[in-house]
Amino acid sequence: MFATGIAEEDRKGSYVDRSISRPCNFEISQQSPVTHTQYPYVTGTSVLGIKYKDGVLLAADMAGSYGSTVRYKSIHRLKAVGSHAVLGASGEISDFQQVTQYLDELVLNDYMWEDGNKLGPQEIHSYLNRLMYNKRNKFDPFWNSLVLGGVENGQKYLGVVNMIGVHYKDNHVATGFGNHLARPMFRNEWREDLTLEEGVKLLEKCLLVLFYRDRSSINKFQIAKITEEGVVISEPFALKPNWDFKAFHNPTLGADGSW
Amino acid sequence: MAKADVKLPQMQSGFDFGLCRRNDMLVKQGGKPAKFLKTGTTIVGLVYKDGVILGADTRATEGEIVADKNCEKIHYIAPNIYCCGAGTAADTEAVTDMVSSQLELHRYATGRESRVVTALTILKSHLFSYKGYVSAALVLGGVDITGPHLHAVYPHGSTDTLPFATMGSGSLAAMSIFESGYKEDLTREEGMELVSAAICAGIFNDLGSGSNVDLCVITKGGKEYLRNYKKPNPRTYIREKGYSFAKGHTQVLSTTIVPLKDKVTIIEGEAMEE
Repeated sequence: MFATGIAEEDRKGSYVDRSISRPCNFEISQQSPVTHTQYPYVTGTSVLGIKYKDGVLLAADMAGSYGSTVRYKSIHRLKAVGSHAVLGASGEISDFQQVTQYLDELVLNDYMWEDGNKLGPQEIHSYLNRLMYNKRNKFDPFWNSLVLGGVENGQKYLGVVNMIGVHYKDNHVATGFGNHLARPMFRNEWREDLTLEEGVKLLEKCLLVLFYRDRSSINKFQIAKITEEGVVISEPFALKPNWDFKAFHNPTLGADGSW
Repeated sequence: MAKADVKLPQMQSGFDFGLCRRNDMLVKQGGKPAKFLKTGTTIVGLVYKDGVILGADTRATEGEIVADKNCEKIHYIAPNIYCCGAGTAADTEAVTDMVSSQLELHRYATGRESRVVTALTILKSHLFSYKGYVSAALVLGGVDITGPHLHAVYPHGSTDTLPFATMGSGSLAAMSIFESGYKEDLTREEGMELVSAAICAGIFNDLGSGSNVDLCVITKGGKEYLRNYKKPNPRTYIREKGYSFAKGHTQVLSTTIVPLKDKVTIIEGEAMEE
């Protein structure tokens, strides 16, 4: 009775009882597609990215939330891909791990040809786009918003692909909450010729606002820098929030009866 | 002791859900649900050295359409108290009007200037009793004898007392400007710059907000209502030839005149009785 719901490749060689091997839509008939109920479980929040004078900067915090608890506080959400690109991910962490595994295989294959050819950031972005869009068409998406930053032949590259396959490139990008809180600040303050210091300062300003206003973020960040020389991902660092407003000490002073 | 038969009074106040049932029934019968005028909106408030500055955008939306390009979202409550409103336009208008008239009567009764907490208490108890169905999210600010006050009021009736507040669909864009730019004891110019920057962030980054920036600066001495303080979305294309279409503008290709008198027969009759 359940056989119609299980995909062809799972019928053979599955050592787990088919009916519990993965969640399935039991009401389907022969014609409708196999769907997979999916919710993200362990998630990462915003990733920010900006181009600056000498290259590209990516930033993300290190939290892995399990619903409303901050379950993991040392998740590396920025991963180097090859020598001149960094992938940052928000969304389901396990899907991000799977994506980086696919990318590592790609890079390894290239290396084994021993001809010096390497995948550039545009090519990696295209690959990710195909990967995400095709998974989505099979109703089995990688539940991520991916930011790819890189430098190739002096050209700076910064692109985004998300779980439904929407992809674009821009001078400054953000995922998740970063779109609402950081993009307005980028639009006001980004310039083509930002120095490294100015770029980092702008990112830190946005990261602090995200820490104040995004409940899934924590005060532990990493910034990745990609230039012609290569990739450098910083050690985890914290920012200094300011809670010391006079008005916060006794908010209802002079407004007796309000809360 | 015999149990007395207690007759509870009939509930006459409270929300009557009859119309909600009617709307659901109409939708089930195939009608379209009513689209109401919302204010999309970015509204902000900020406490500075000498008082309070309130700011708002001026776009009112009805679904995906901009219904009013230049509406007023900063409502008068008292000479020293103003209130920005986000949510359903009718709800914010009605609730602020109601509080305004209650406060005026209260001023006559007490002979004193109204206080911000009074407006706050009337608003929050009204909104709470309507269980969130009165969809009004407000930023209430004013200066009274006890000093400058700024409150955020939510549709369910909760309030926050804050040095800076933002509400509406553009609140995140505006809040990012406030969180990175707010300092204590801002001067009037710095405060106005920060508030208009926050509203502009909402106008340009949120689709539910747009058009112009309204500002209201309230101090101990009085208030300054700056309608359309900034107009960052001017109409840039204006037709050179102008928009008057005088007679002769449209070429007449042919003329046919049909006298109607031939088609109508007039029967003589008696005059109508008064």
